[in-house]
Amino acid sequence: MTAPASAQAPAIPVLSVTDLQVFYASRAGDIKACDGVTFDLRRGEILGLVGESGSGKSTATSGIMKAIAPPGRIAGGRILLDGEDITDFGEAEMRRRRWRKLALIPQSAMNSLNPTMTIAAQIADVITEHEGRQEAAALNHRILDLFQRVGLPSRINAMYPHELSGGMKQRVCIAMSIALNPAVVIADEATSALDVVMQRVVAQTILKIKDELGVSFIMIGHDMGLMAQVVDRVAVMYSGQLVEIADVAKIFAQPAHPYSAQLIAAVPSLTERRPMVISAGVTHDPHNPPSGCIFRLRCPHAGAICAEARPALTQISPGQSVACHLWQQDESKAYVRAPV
Amino acid sequence: MMAGLAQSPWLNRKLVSGAGILAAILLFGLFGRFFWDTDLVFIGSAPVNLPPLGFENMRGQLSAAGHPLGTQSDGRDMLALMIVGAPNTLLIGAIASVIGITIGTVLGFSAGFIGGWVDAVIRVISDVMITIPPLLVLIVFQTSLGEIGIFTMGLLLSTFMWQSPTRLIRAQVLAMREQGYVRMARLSGASTRDIMFRELMPNLLPYLFGSFIAIATTAIVTAVGLEVLGLGPQRVPTLGRVIYESIESAALLKNMWWWWGIPTLMLATIFIGLLLINLGLDQVSNPRLRKV
Amino acid sequence: MRPSRWSAIPWAYLGSRLGTCVLTILIAATLVWLIPRLSPIDPAEAMLGRMAASAGFVEDADATLAVLRAQYGLDQPLVTQYLLYLGSLARFDFGISVASFPTPVSQLIAAALPWTLGLMLVSIILSFVIGNAAGAFLAWDKTPRAAKLALSSGMIFTSVPPILSGLLLMWLFATQLDWLPLSGSYGVDVTPGLNWEFIFSVVKHGMLPTLSIVIVSFGFWALGMRGLVTTVQSEDYVRLANVKGLGPRYILYRYMVRNAILPQVTAFALKIGLLVSGQILVESIFSYNGMGKLLYDAILDKDFAVIQGASYIVILMTAVSVLIVDLIYPLIDPRIRPARGAP
Repeated sequence: MTAPASAQAPAIPVLSVTDLQVFYASRAGDIKACDGVTFDLRRGEILGLVGESGSGKSTATSGIMKAIAPPGRIAGGRILLDGEDITDFGEAEMRRRRWRKLALIPQSAMNSLNPTMTIAAQIADVITEHEGRQEAAALNHRILDLFQRVGLPSRINAMYPHELSGGMKQRVCIAMSIALNPAVVIADEATSALDVVMQRVVAQTILKIKDELGVSFIMIGHDMGLMAQVVDRVAVMYSGQLVEIADVAKIFAQPAHPYSAQLIAAVPSLTERRPMVISAGVTHDPHNPPSGCIFRLRCPHAGAICAEARPALTQISPGQSVACHLWQQDESKAYVRAPV
Repeated sequence: MMAGLAQSPWLNRKLVSGAGILAAILLFGLFGRFFWDTDLVFIGSAPVNLPPLGFENMRGQLSAAGHPLGTQSDGRDMLALMIVGAPNTLLIGAIASVIGITIGTVLGFSAGFIGGWVDAVIRVISDVMITIPPLLVLIVFQTSLGEIGIFTMGLLLSTFMWQSPTRLIRAQVLAMREQGYVRMARLSGASTRDIMFRELMPNLLPYLFGSFIAIATTAIVTAVGLEVLGLGPQRVPTLGRVIYESIESAALLKNMWWWWGIPTLMLATIFIGLLLINLGLDQVSNPRLRKV
Repeated sequence: MRPSRWSAIPWAYLGSRLGTCVLTILIAATLVWLIPRLSPIDPAEAMLGRMAASAGFVEDADATLAVLRAQYGLDQPLVTQYLLYLGSLARFDFGISVASFPTPVSQLIAAALPWTLGLMLVSIILSFVIGNAAGAFLAWDKTPRAAKLALSSGMIFTSVPPILSGLLLMWLFATQLDWLPLSGSYGVDVTPGLNWEFIFSVVKHGMLPTLSIVIVSFGFWALGMRGLVTTVQSEDYVRLANVKGLGPRYILYRYMVRNAILPQVTAFALKIGLLVSGQILVESIFSYNGMGKLLYDAILDKDFAVIQGASYIVILMTAVSVLIVDLIYPLIDPRIRPARGAP
């Protein structure tokens, strides 16, 4: 179903999101949890989606999965999954594509497994649901195969979730996500609840799956250091908007958006551990976003134009796009950074 | 502050209507005796077997103006019986549940807070007694003791009402004991009594209320059950006793529906009121059940 | 190496539940024996009084009193009486019924018990199943609003004791409409046995008692289940089940109900005592030939032996039912079972 990531020529992206808007209704008006997010996910790539809590990363991906519950709603945008426009799909149509085309490694593996079902049963039911009744021996073999791929011992198939450690439960979730060989897997903070050793194991497992099966990943997280080791491209979100999307090497060498720069400055060095640095400035009330650029209240470089117009996501060089007024075209049509 | 009160989850529709129903019945009972002659409760104070206003009994007799809810086969006036009987029924329930919740709170606290063998003993006793159907032991009790009064009845019932508050309070205390604020209080040298009343009690209040209403309901149900069997207070009218007398006199066959029907209706109203209060309290403790 | 089946059985849990059951039966038996002895009434004199009332005159009252005392062991020290009593309980010997002299009490109980058990099985299980299903549908976000409204209105009669609903149904269906019989557990015109008329009669006579219990009990389970399913519906594993694209009804059953029912089973064990009490009362007003009628008649006749024996048996039955539910619980909740050596 998916091609290995060897092609260099621009192929049709496996996931294409255009101007996605997810709003939450509240008594004081709509909260724009996700406001005009646009990006593509190429086949066989790992895209990192970073931002602080409340940036809208999980909301954006929930919107892509059409898993928004009231009082939230998808207020606009287009989603193309593996060539199909799923924006207007009803629940029944969407259900047929779930897991087969688009899977999820959930944020808290601790609570994402049914406590009264064995591990094998929980993986078997999604296979049976989408592929019909299976022959018992073949199904069992397939499940053990999945375990092997993520480095789990085969004896856990008859066990219950409460009998496994946190790291094992996370790997069960990973195994479950690739059970139907999907085109896209969204890994929602897949490593956040784990210790450093397990984080590395999980990251390596994801890379292995990408290489062997050609699955494309969206990795949500806020640990830039971990991102640097795993992803191909990074998308940075702030308060519901995508502010920068670039190849991983480029964004670390030269972060274009002031917010990306702050995030990268918080990456721990080899010799010390530092908490994330949030600079001075005001974080706004979600009901009352600032006019113009959403980041201007926390931006050290904000100027007059930043309060007037919302900056559009512009490609400033191959492999790097940013939404910021600091980047303007000079006489040679190249983008340079200049104060506003 | 008033706006906050109006929005308070304690003032939801169910809780208010339930409390209103119970208050209405209580007032009916307490103040009814100023408007109606309660001496009509005694045997032979009125013509027998009269139907309520607007109805006709099996013999074709019409109701009498002086007895709007009809009379029984020994000449007792139904309205008077209701005015005296309803508060008695509520009183038995109240006595049983107040004593029950007091014992339950003390035992539950001790079990949860002190732990050790105290906890083990309390837990075993309450677990054992929860299994035993209260009705049966009380049947044995009352057939041995003979005539009992309202207070004794309430007291007897309370022996089976403390077990579930004990379990509830014990579970909550166990959970709260390990919380930060309790540890702080202990470290700063607060006495057990202080911790109990100032730290833990305010957080326990919703559970205590809910438990109180639940056991009040159970107490009244059990009391009515015993009364319908003919046990329970015999000298004073209670709603269950009126129903017992109606069954004994084959009121169903004689189509004297008001005899068992009116106390049944009154009891049903009491239970619906208690249920509404219970549901209202549920909404206070489980925010997901509140309508957004 | 697969973990052995024996190690999956929670021995400690089962042992403690069995111990509690035995202790409960012992304490109940003691209460039933002790309470009458607290009353100032001397049972031998009371019996003498009854004999005198029916015969008009008793010859040689003192000697008769002594004989009665010896026969019922009332002249022995209290501890001996207690031990003898426990012994007789173990043999299910409850003495002779006074009202139905000389029928042994155990015989009366043996005739009544199957009817009570049958009614209990049908009505209590029906209320539990219907109630929990109703509660689950009330909480499920895919249930149509009209259905939810209908279910909610049916719950208004919760916590009304089943005797009252029994009276109402009796009046409505038996005396007014004459659709269903007024009393008894089977008609007087049928012969007991495995024939269709008998079975049909049993079902017809059982309908009103069962209905009285179900109407007022199912609301309790429905309300509890509604809260539990509401909570479970927002759990992470249900969210993941939805994202996995599993069928909604399968999710309702296997992911939501299957997890929400666990506290309800525990609550069921705790409520059996009350449920049995309610049923006994329903039986008494319907004159259903079970333990309820037995007790009601015994109370009227002041037949002490029957009251004690029947009360003990009902308590025994309740304790055993609780034990059975406790034994079933580990089968449905894997977390109670001992962990099998995971890393």
